[in-house]
Amino acid sequence: MQYTLMFYMSPDEFEARTHPDKQRAFWAGFLPYMKAIREAGILVSGAGLQPPESATTVRVTDGRRLVQDGPYADTKEQLGGFAIIDVPDLDAALDWAARYPAGPLGVVEVRPILAPAGSPVS
Amino acid sequence: MTETEQLVERVARQSYGRLLAYLTSRFHDWAASEDALAVAFSSALEAWPRTGVPDEPEAWLLVVARRRLMDEEKRTRVQSDAEAVIREAMSGAERAVKCGIPAERLEMLFLCAHPAINPTLHTPLMLQAVLGLNAERIASAFLVRPSTMGQRLSRAKAKIRNAKLRFELPDQSQLPERLGAVLEAIYAAYGAGWDDLPGFDKRGRGLADEAIYLGRLITDLLPDEPEAHGLLALMLFCESRRLARRSADGEYIPLGVQSIVLWSKEMIVDAERHLWFASTANSIGRFQLEAAIQSVHACRAVTGFTDWDAIALLYQALVQLAPTVGCRVSHAAAVAEARGAQAGWQLIASLSLAEVRTYQPYWALAGHLHRLLGRKQEAVNVFQAAIGLCEDGSVRRFLARQGLTL
Repeated sequence: MQYTLMFYMSPDEFEARTHPDKQRAFWAGFLPYMKAIREAGILVSGAGLQPPESATTVRVTDGRRLVQDGPYADTKEQLGGFAIIDVPDLDAALDWAARYPAGPLGVVEVRPILAPAGSPVS
Repeated sequence: MTETEQLVERVARQSYGRLLAYLTSRFHDWAASEDALAVAFSSALEAWPRTGVPDEPEAWLLVVARRRLMDEEKRTRVQSDAEAVIREAMSGAERAVKCGIPAERLEMLFLCAHPAINPTLHTPLMLQAVLGLNAERIASAFLVRPSTMGQRLSRAKAKIRNAKLRFELPDQSQLPERLGAVLEAIYAAYGAGWDDLPGFDKRGRGLADEAIYLGRLITDLLPDEPEAHGLLALMLFCESRRLARRSADGEYIPLGVQSIVLWSKEMIVDAERHLWFASTANSIGRFQLEAAIQSVHACRAVTGFTDWDAIALLYQALVQLAPTVGCRVSHAAAVAEARGAQAGWQLIASLSLAEVRTYQPYWALAGHLHRLLGRKQEAVNVFQAAIGLCEDGSVRRFLARQGLTL
């Protein structure tokens, strides 16, 4: 069963990823975490996302386009990256979510992957 | 919180398990008994500020809950004469409260850890049955989706009802095995509460306190069982160090360098008393051995050093009794302290990768031993693996510092 771990980050954490003084501490936790997921043989795919200010939101309603700067959701914590993992069940996925080296405001959302249309749901 | 709310909460803490055990033993329906008790407690919140707190709050709650359950039973029958029902219920409830209703709680603990119930649910059932914790709280402690935990608990209760699992004490021949399951479940509750450090748990009492409460309960109810005393001693030894496990700024402090001033002397004395009492039965068991290991650690407060030879020997006995990965890793750590890193390394080298892949303490120990043996690159890699499997930020930072000092 595949699950997506969505890593929500505070503005501080987004900053820490590239800040000259703070990035070392950030990656010292995050890289070993991703490595552990890979070495457990459960990683399907994953990526880190650039900060929310880099987002562009596109909406097409009744043929009218509305393009805006910024992310869709207006929340303090924003999606900063994700990993899709293949594990036996949700309990196992939550075990991996708990290991995410989040800052004090970081949150991991875990969601099962929707099986492709027409394929049997595992 | 109002005064009444505080009082109801106190009564709930003291009596919930007893009342639920009493009702379930008579009505044979756990879920319905729980619902009835919930109604009783909410009625109390509503009625007591107006009528004053009754002399026997437990009896009052029992009356309301029983009335509710009897109403359920009679739903299809003729409308009952409420007053007669209350009179009847009151007399039974008063008798029950006066007799202290102690026995059913023990039966409830055995029911929760019944072999027909999935072992992963023993502890959650116990926390709900005896302490009245809700599914959300239990789910967080065991890292399970709350709605899933709720469903699992409901299914387990339905199974108890449908399979008519008996609400009674196991006979003497089955007692050791059945008691083992009860003790394991209590210890699992303690383990889940181990990470609730001061300042982190804002819900009042932590799960560790609840587990110790259960440990005391079981030694009160079965005072002659050495393993019950062993378990209580083990939990008390561990708990005595709670304040010493983190520095003032929240950093991880390993056991060997904890400040003994911060250990709770009362808890250590209490633990030693239970361990000594257990040993008089001359029947060694897993929990007594684990408590004995912690007792050796506690001795550092008096002697100023840790007797690693003694600890290694106790772990060796424990490995023979319960050769779990956790136990074998701890044994290797003790042997490394007593007889050098190479001797410890030989022991963990026998573990297979499949066994230890996601077991964080193995990687932390392996990194430590690589470092002592001068294998710098291996140490760096293995510390990374330990960091990647870590759930606790302070331990993660501790391991990162270990890796940096290479």
